[in-house]
Order: sequence, then structure tokens, then C-alpha cells
Amino acid sequence: MIKKLLTYLAIPVIFIWLLITSFKASRWKPDNANELLSDFSWLNDWPKWLDIPLMKWINDWFKFFNEEYGIYFEIVNNFLLGAILSLKKFLVFLPWPLVIALVVAIVFFSSGRKVGTTVFVGICTFFIGFLHPKFWDKAIETTSIMLIGILICVFFGIPLGIIMSRSRKVRNAILPVLDLMQTIPSFCYLIPGIMLFGLGAVPAIIATVIYAIPPLVRLTDLGIRLVDIEVIEAAEAFGASRRQKLLGVQLPLALPNIMQGINQCTMMALAMVVIASMIGTRGLGDEVLLGLQQLNVGKATEAGLAIVLLAIVLDRITQAYGEKIQDRNRPLDKFNEKAKMKKAAKKQVTKESTKDGMEAEVKTN
Amino acid sequence: MSKIEIKNIYKIFGNYPDQILPMVKEGANKELVMEETGHTVGLDNVSISIKEGEIFVCMGLSGSGKSTLIRHINRLIDPTAGQVTVDGVDVLSLDDKEILDFRKKTMSMVFQRFGLFPHKTIIENVAYGLEIQKVPEDQRKEIAQGQIDSVGLQGFEHQYPAQLSGGMQQRVGLARALATDPQILLMDEAFSALDPLIRSDMQKQLIELQSKLKKTIVFITHDLDESLKLGDHIGILNGGRLVQVGRPEDIIMNPADDYVKAFVKDVNRTKVLRAQTIMTKKDQFDATNINPSTIYKIDENTMIEEIIPKVLKERCTMNVVDKSGNTKGYITSDELSEALTKH
Repeated sequence: MIKKLLTYLAIPVIFIWLLITSFKASRWKPDNANELLSDFSWLNDWPKWLDIPLMKWINDWFKFFNEEYGIYFEIVNNFLLGAILSLKKFLVFLPWPLVIALVVAIVFFSSGRKVGTTVFVGICTFFIGFLHPKFWDKAIETTSIMLIGILICVFFGIPLGIIMSRSRKVRNAILPVLDLMQTIPSFCYLIPGIMLFGLGAVPAIIATVIYAIPPLVRLTDLGIRLVDIEVIEAAEAFGASRRQKLLGVQLPLALPNIMQGINQCTMMALAMVVIASMIGTRGLGDEVLLGLQQLNVGKATEAGLAIVLLAIVLDRITQAYGEKIQDRNRPLDKFNEKAKMKKAAKKQVTKESTKDGMEAEVKTN
Repeated sequence: MSKIEIKNIYKIFGNYPDQILPMVKEGANKELVMEETGHTVGLDNVSISIKEGEIFVCMGLSGSGKSTLIRHINRLIDPTAGQVTVDGVDVLSLDDKEILDFRKKTMSMVFQRFGLFPHKTIIENVAYGLEIQKVPEDQRKEIAQGQIDSVGLQGFEHQYPAQLSGGMQQRVGLARALATDPQILLMDEAFSALDPLIRSDMQKQLIELQSKLKKTIVFITHDLDESLKLGDHIGILNGGRLVQVGRPEDIIMNPADDYVKAFVKDVNRTKVLRAQTIMTKKDQFDATNINPSTIYKIDENTMIEEIIPKVLKERCTMNVVDKSGNTKGYITSDELSEALTKH
């Protein structure tokens, strides 16, 4: 009760303090505050002195921040740049058929050996280079920037989601921040990013993380909270500690949602590629930008298509893995059908009759 | 000595339970508290003692607080006020680590919607309690296999729960609960989600298991027939208050209030009442005028549904005897009609 009263009291106090500071800081204020009570013309148009000096505050703070802690940003910058460069160098060094083979192998196993998806992704990967030979290395550069960005998202996003799912207070505090990150125009943090990290790949990664991390955090939080309460209670009733509960029950059951979050994270990171090219990040995005600057519609479209192909490849990889996990938790007919078919085979039913049965099943489906 | 002792438990749900507690203690009922303060009274001065080796059934409609009550025993819920003692240990005094140990060793729980882990196979599910206790893998597989066999689910070890029917899933739930060999079994509406035939099957299986294992079982249900069938003692909850505790016969013959009466009204008494409950004691019965050839001996624990046809047909008298054959009392058509009349 007392806490509530205090918060109710604090809000008007802060508001009045803001009014006074904005009045004092303004250059256009009347000489004497008493004039405001005799001359009411300031009620007509918005008065110039009624203006929070937020711009000045942020500029001062940013300048101080940049001067005092610039060295730490340098360290982060060097580290990230090194990571991107070595990943890129490695992938460029590999012969392109080998890279395609690697992608195909990853899709094949992560999708649970679905041939259709695998072939489709293989063709998409091939077409990235097929569109324009220059695109292959560019696509690799874009991918390495994104991969590092996604790794950072996963590293911070999933633990944040876990903390949010555990405490209502933390969730209420973080949700507005996530809203802010998703709605604030990306240039608002791209430019400060340049000032802190310089031009190139690193501010692009920071921007990618800011833009792409919210869906992952939200979906991790949601996924954990959606786990059936009775299942959680069952784990608790057997004396599972918080850690055992989290690692053994909550995370595995939230995994389809978390994978969906990673998928969304990937897609949003890719959407950032073109914007990031405006601050000098190399990759497929700068081809689009170049095409637009030269009014070369064909070139821009070609590069745009390459980005779409890259998106499809990454989407299939992350999506397929999530689906594979979900299959297991769902009461699937597929399982039962497989079991039935095995039993049928054991009973040595003739080939024809199983065929008929299967056809009938297909028809009923 | 009683195994589980619950003393004067209060549970109030809401933002400021401690401030509401005095009001509830003064006797304000659930509706009044809800209306005036927005708090929900879950349990209102409930005291129960449960003996070792018995099945105690806690019965009530939804919202009566029965699920809240059972969660106080393993402290999934902390009470607002009161005391819970299990085996002489004050459960509420245990710290975070001790309570985990206590849950691991003393009790396990069976849930209404089974509470199985959908991402684990049947054998992994059954072995979960042992996994938490860090029993080596070979050993826990072996124990789990034994439990799976004992509930008759051989061949399903490597399937996932979603692939099994409801009845089979609950048998997995039961096997999982028994795998840690707990002294106490908490069953929260364990059979309520099953269809009637499978439910009576499971009830039989539970009674059989219990005759071998002699666990202390706290069973929750909203079905009076089920509680009469399973319970050694029954506690009836209404609106968070304990209305009546007693043996099945006591509840049928002497319902404590209108609420219990309404429940008891539709029960088939012939399946619940035993000969010894309705007989006239031998010192109050005048057996001199009865033809000895129309007297039959029956055991004192016989259900009266087995006596009725014979008494109706032959107008005979039943001589109720105990295990060693001593006469305890008599039953004639008068006693039967008295017992079966609805009051």
C-alpha cells in the first residue's frame, strides 16, 4: 500500500521537476516567470520554453560515453571483426561445390531425411551463384555477418527469455524495451553504431542484433510459459531442482517455439542486410544499393533475388529442424501408421493387400 | 501413529493473504471474502490425520479445495497458516534443498491429465524419478522395466506417451509414481479423465496393487462411488471446509449436513453397506421364536447386496458372525428395509 502511494507521489514530482528544468534550460523563456500568470498568450501556440532538452542530454551523454568507454568498444569491434573475417575467409577458401554439398548435408539431417526439401534447398543454393558469379562470395560475406549476429542473438536472447518466463516483474520491465527495439527506426541506432565502431560489418551486426533479437526473446519466454503446468508439477513432485526442471523439461518442450524464434531471428537479420549496406557493409545488400544508384533495375532485381534465395535456404534449415522436434511431441498418425505397417509386414500379409490398404488410406485422407 | 497429519490449514489466494486471514478465522465464508476483498479462500481450517497403509479419499466438487489440499502434503503449495507433518517431520520447516530431498524420497504423485513428459519415451518417463535421484542408468532402466511389466505395458517401452490411449497413459503415470518406491502416493483425480470401463478397471488394479504394497495413498476424486469403492476413510470438502470425515458406512448412514446428504442420496447403498453395519446386535435380538432351519451364517464383512436375494426369497434370518465364527448379530428383512430406506 505504502509502495503504491509512493509511486503515485513520485510521478507528479518527476513531472514538475521536468517542467522546471525544461523552463530553466530554454533560451526563449520570459525574463520573469510571473509574466506567465499575467500574460496568457503562451496558451495559444505551443510555447518554445515548454521543451525537454532531451537532445542535449543524449548528445552530452553519448559524447562522454564515447570518450570514456571507447576503448571497450574497440575491443568488441576487433573481436567481432576477427570472427567475421576468419569465418568468411574459411568459407570463401572452400571450393563452391563443397559448400553446396555441406548445405545439402545439413538440410538432409536437420529435416529428418526429407528428400524433397533437401533437393529444393540444394537448387536454391546453386542458383545464388548461378544468378551472377560475383554473388557467391558476396552471399558468403552476408551469411558470415548474419551467422555471427544470430549467434549473439542466441547467446543473449535465450537466457533473457528464460529469465523473463520466470519472473513477472522482469517480464514487465523487458517487454517495453523489446517493443522499443522493434519500433525504433533502424537508422537511429545505425548512426551511433558507426560512431562507436566505425564503418563496416560490426555496426551492421549490432544493428542486426537489436533488430532481430526481440522475436527470439519473446518466443523463448512464451514457449517456456506454454509448457503444460501439470507436466511441470510432475517434475516438481519428483523433487526436480530448478535446473533439472529447466534443462530436462521446460527447454526441451519449449524447443519448437525457440526454433521458431531462431527462424524469425534469421529472417529479420536478412531484412537488415540491405539497410546495413548503406553504412558500408559489404555483401549482397551493397549490390542492391549499387543497382539502385545506377538506376540499373535488372542488377538490383538480380541481387534482390539472390537475397531471397539465401533467405529460403536459411529458413528451410531452421524451420525443418523445428518441425522435426515437433513431430515427436505430437500425437502423430505417422507414428501409428509406421507401427501398423511394421506389424502388417510381420504378419506376412501379401504385398497386394497392403497396397490396397495403403491406397484406401490415401483415399480416406 | 498417523503417517500424515494436517492441522488447521488455511490457504488464501490473492495479493495480501495475511491481512485476510483473521477475517477467515472469525468464520467469514468463501463468498463473503470474495465479495469484500477479492481474495479466494482455498482451504478453511482443515485438519486431517491419515494412517499408515490406508487409502484416504478426499472428495468434493470442483472448487472445493481438494487439489489445493493434496498439494500441501508435498508442499507444491505453501499454506497461509497451519501445520503439515509427515512421518513426524514438519514439512513447512524444510528449506529449499531439504524439500527436494523430501519429495524424492517420501512420496510421488499421479495426475488427472497424467502429466507425462511428451518428449520422453515410456521407459524414460517411468524412470524419471530415479533420473532425478541420479540412479545409474542401467539400474533405473531395470527398475522401470519391472514397473512397466507390473502394469502390463510390455512392448510399449520405446513409444512416446502421445501414441498411447488414455488408460495406458495413466498406467504409465502409476508406474512412474511407483518406480521410486515411495511410502506415500498422492493421486490427484487420477482416474477422472478415463472412460467408465477403464476407470473401474484401474480402480481394481489399484486395489490389487495396494493389497500387495500397503502404501499410504491420498486419493482425490469428485465421484462419490469411486471414493466409497476405494476409501478406507473419506473426507468430504465443501467450499474449502472439511464437512465430514469417516468410513464409507458412516458417511452413508449418518451424513453430517444437507450437502453430504445430497451426495449420498443417489448412492447404491447395497454396494457400500456391510452386514455388520446394519445388523441388530445379538443381545438386542430375540432369536427364540425363529425356526433354526431358516438361519444362515454370513461373514460380518459381506456386502448386503449379496444377502438381499436370499432374504427376500426365503424370508430367512441371517446370523452375522466374525472370523472365528462367533455370533455378533442378526439381519432380517426388517433390518434390510430400514437400511435401504432413504431419509
